[in-house]
Amino acid sequence: MIWKLFLFLLLAFVSIAGIAFPIVKKPSAWYEFPLIPGLEENAKIIFFHVPTAWLTVIAFLMSTIYSVKYLRKKNLDDDAKSYSAAQLGIIFCILATVTGSVWSKFAWGSFWSWDPRQTSIFALLLIYGAWFALRSAIEQEEKRATLSAVYAIIAFITVPFFIFIMPRIMSGLHPGSADDTNAGPVVNFKMNSNMQLIFYLSLTGFTILYFWMWRLGYKSIILTAKSLLREQNKQL
Amino acid sequence: MKSYYLFSKDYHSEIRTRYAINSLIMFIIVAVSVILFSIGNERIPGNLTAGLYWVVIFFSAMSGLGRAFISEEERGTSMTLQLIASPSTVLSGKIIFNMILVFAMNIVITFIYSILFEEFVIHNHILFIINFILGNFGLAVSATIIAAIIAKAGSKGTLYPVLSFPILLPLILTSAKLTLFSIDGTAINDAVFELAIVACYDVIMISASYMLFDFIWKD
Repeated sequence: MIWKLFLFLLLAFVSIAGIAFPIVKKPSAWYEFPLIPGLEENAKIIFFHVPTAWLTVIAFLMSTIYSVKYLRKKNLDDDAKSYSAAQLGIIFCILATVTGSVWSKFAWGSFWSWDPRQTSIFALLLIYGAWFALRSAIEQEEKRATLSAVYAIIAFITVPFFIFIMPRIMSGLHPGSADDTNAGPVVNFKMNSNMQLIFYLSLTGFTILYFWMWRLGYKSIILTAKSLLREQNKQL
Repeated sequence: MKSYYLFSKDYHSEIRTRYAINSLIMFIIVAVSVILFSIGNERIPGNLTAGLYWVVIFFSAMSGLGRAFISEEERGTSMTLQLIASPSTVLSGKIIFNMILVFAMNIVITFIYSILFEEFVIHNHILFIINFILGNFGLAVSATIIAAIIAKAGSKGTLYPVLSFPILLPLILTSAKLTLFSIDGTAINDAVFELAIVACYDVIMISASYMLFDFIWKD
């Protein structure tokens, strides 16, 4: 209970601070953000865009870890955990795509420009979509769990290509691209300390939210399976 | 050596029916003629032909390579294979078969392209050949492992391109770029990073395939 209250307060504070705190040229009070040239007021979406993108990758990582666990132990609970992580992952993936393209409309002038990071989030969306399509195609539980675990692992090992290598070879608009003159993410450079504080608070808040939702998700999947089993036993 | 026998089994049954070869050839002709019809009398620049070249390769591969394991499931011979051969032998045989299919297919596509598209002129031949070998190797390996998943998922043919595309995307993006380089005549020294990416992809995919195939193959 205390966790949920804490999480509620944290996310409420982050949302209010992220949206309402003013951006001024020379920040003096604790609640003022610095003006980042080229971003201006757009900079505020970073408190929501980066955590969603971060959770997309975390969810995919956890889905893969539980897939590996499933293949080793053949315990269907691990499959439920992996499935629940992927369910949240696709939600955060869509959120990251939407917030990203809104930001790109105002910062770069168009909703979509096939920047390497945009390409990689698109590939992640495709992977999630293909994974759910594969799961829905198989009836038998064990077979579904095994095949989707194998596919999740194969898909996961292509992710480093998208996240680390593509942005280095393709020219792009995101910080950290091949032709970027700043040679570093916005986070390290131009944010002042209170902006960084809110940014990391938002990251923590969203991560805790994710883990909470993930626990609820896999527990409900396991409970549904158990109640189905009980009903089948009753009918027999 | 055993995997060679498996390959020769596939080869002989393919020669008897010629299903994959015929459908591949027809698919290549259809895909290229669709592109030609949509272009009309326009001259398309070299960078577009490099992309279109990989579009045709991807979809032809998707139409032909998926058969590898589905045919075993359809004929009901996968149980026998499980009894007489280890999973890695089966995978090796299938990869060899698909590899030869991919190489034959891409030689045909390259030939057709260089005849029909005026802008498709390779200036750096060595780079093109290295990319051709590395790219086809990766394509065959990834297509084979996904084909195994599809066959066990109940031969859902429509799922095959859906599952393969995200896996093949890094390979296709990099290979398309390298094809563009070889059309532009870029020196090999400037393309080492891209070649390294394709080589890494091949190594990662082949090791992952051998590690994971046991789980797919054994019910």
